[in-house]
Amino acid sequence: MTNPAIRFEKVSRHFGEVKAVDAVDLEIGDGEFFSMLGPSGSGKTTCLRMIAGFDRPTSGQIFLYGQEVSSLPPFERDVNTVFQDYALFPHMTIDDNVAYGLMIKGVPKAERTKRVNDMLDLVQLPGFGHRKPSQLSGGQRQRVALARALINHPKVLLLDEPLGALDLKLRQQMQVELKSIQQRVGITFIFVTHDQEEALTMSDRIAVFNQGKIEQIGTPSEVYEKPATSFVAGFVGTSNLISGEVAKRITGSDKTFSIRPEKIYLGPGADKPSENKYSATGTVRDVIYLGLYTRYLVDLEDGGDLVVIEQNLKTTSMDVLNARGQKVCLSWEKDHISRVGG
Amino acid sequence: MNRLSAFFFQRPKLVTLLLLALPMLYMLVVYLGSLFSLLINSFYYLEEFTGLVVKEFTLSTYAQLLKPTNLGIFRRTAGMAMAVTMMDAVIAFPLAYYIAKFASPRLRTYLYIAVTLPLWSSYLVRVYAWKLILSKEGILSWFVDLFHLNPALDWVLSIPGIGGSSLSLSPLGMFIAFCYIWLPYMIVPIQTALERVPKSLLEASSDLGARPAQTFRNVILPLAFPGVVAGSIFTFSLTMGDFIVPQSLGTSRFFIGQAVYSHQGTSGNIPLAAAFTMGPVVIMIVYLLIARKLGAFDAL
Repeated sequence: MTNPAIRFEKVSRHFGEVKAVDAVDLEIGDGEFFSMLGPSGSGKTTCLRMIAGFDRPTSGQIFLYGQEVSSLPPFERDVNTVFQDYALFPHMTIDDNVAYGLMIKGVPKAERTKRVNDMLDLVQLPGFGHRKPSQLSGGQRQRVALARALINHPKVLLLDEPLGALDLKLRQQMQVELKSIQQRVGITFIFVTHDQEEALTMSDRIAVFNQGKIEQIGTPSEVYEKPATSFVAGFVGTSNLISGEVAKRITGSDKTFSIRPEKIYLGPGADKPSENKYSATGTVRDVIYLGLYTRYLVDLEDGGDLVVIEQNLKTTSMDVLNARGQKVCLSWEKDHISRVGG
Repeated sequence: MNRLSAFFFQRPKLVTLLLLALPMLYMLVVYLGSLFSLLINSFYYLEEFTGLVVKEFTLSTYAQLLKPTNLGIFRRTAGMAMAVTMMDAVIAFPLAYYIAKFASPRLRTYLYIAVTLPLWSSYLVRVYAWKLILSKEGILSWFVDLFHLNPALDWVLSIPGIGGSSLSLSPLGMFIAFCYIWLPYMIVPIQTALERVPKSLLEASSDLGARPAQTFRNVILPLAFPGVVAGSIFTFSLTMGDFIVPQSLGTSRFFIGQAVYSHQGTSGNIPLAAAFTMGPVVIMIVYLLIARKLGAFDAL
């Protein structure tokens, strides 16, 4: 029976009246790529800082592979952090930055040099060792920060929105690279982000944070397809939430449910009624042509509205824009809805 | 009006030139000009019999600087400037560190005012205040008496080169007054340098296993070093050039400032006074070159 990499037991962190983290329970498995996803101020970064040791819980306990660490200072914890602003030492060369942890531990110089070179190879920056951080681009600094943390073989690597400052292309490239590096080194990664796409791309599991609490923990597909709460449904991707009278007319139950826009089939006339489908009719109020797909906003006859996304498989921009004001019939699989609480 | 604005908007270089014209003129004519005239004068010499300045190029005035008494003045002044600089750095660092990294923004404002407050009062008043504090009948002696520390004070005052007949008449007293008077000039640059060190750098160092002492040595100190150098330029050069403190406190032995003052005044030996003044200038240039070599300005 192996211990989980990280375990939170009723961990709270209050700043005065503000409950930044509120009685969070959490388990992160060994070797997992785990993302903490949430809007700013949701408590995800505070959780990360408490694992690193920069912040201490007001109450509760944090275990690192079974060892209670919540009162240990950062330099006595076997975890390393990749900072949002990279926090590279500006007065040191890249070599010295990457070697810093080893230098502190007193690793002999020859071994240090070898391991630094291996690490710079891993992050694809060979030969950059003699430069200063100011001579590197944002993406390169990002890799150095990663190398500086990984060289110490930490039990857990913490990444605090490390891709936030990069442009879209570079970010997508780094997402793939981070994932592959994680699989190669086999270290538990805990990744904090507010970008749901980033979390869905890389993670084994995701915890969705809101107002100091975890709303849902699950695999990317679980979180996306079966959001547990209306907050998750709204924060992870776009979602239609239907509740009350309207829900009752469509499904026969007034419980709130969510349906993803891309799961809805939009047709000109009434679809043949089916056992395993829900359907509704309405009028197209707005059409937004986005090249790859088209987004429709449909006013339902039963009240409320739905966002529908259709791939432009056979349609052209002329076709879709003409749909405005047309009567349409919407239908979707019963399996694709998700009952949400709250 | 709009057309005038547009005219200037399209000619940013002209605007820069107009803005800089006056300060540049001042820098070139008044500031560098007088320095240059100082340099020229130091190559003239005083005709001993007539007491007139002879405007001919000579190195004889500089040769006079090498007389043992004059070399002693240089050694004494430079030694004092170095000691004051080091002491101020040692006192200023923890203060600046506290202000920059621990004090709340509110407290920081108050501490900042407290540090610079003495500069609002006259420099002369502060020097004379120290003269009174350190004198035989002064408050310091009273405290020494109160705690029965007289033997300790007597022992300190008996050390040659440091002591004297009383604190106010000793090099030690002068040292204390200098340290006090120039301290703000050391605190402010160090504090500024420390404030520019992001907290995440300290966290990163700690995260990578460094204990606080190691973080201090490897991260904080190197990044604050340019601030220490900037501060030391102030404390060092201000001590080198000062003539009020050595005149009011300490022994009757001359410091550079006093030598300059007396040569240009009573004896009318402007060339020698100019040559004396070039001393600190050269020393500061050498000091800055060494500081640059040590990498003090790399992190700027």
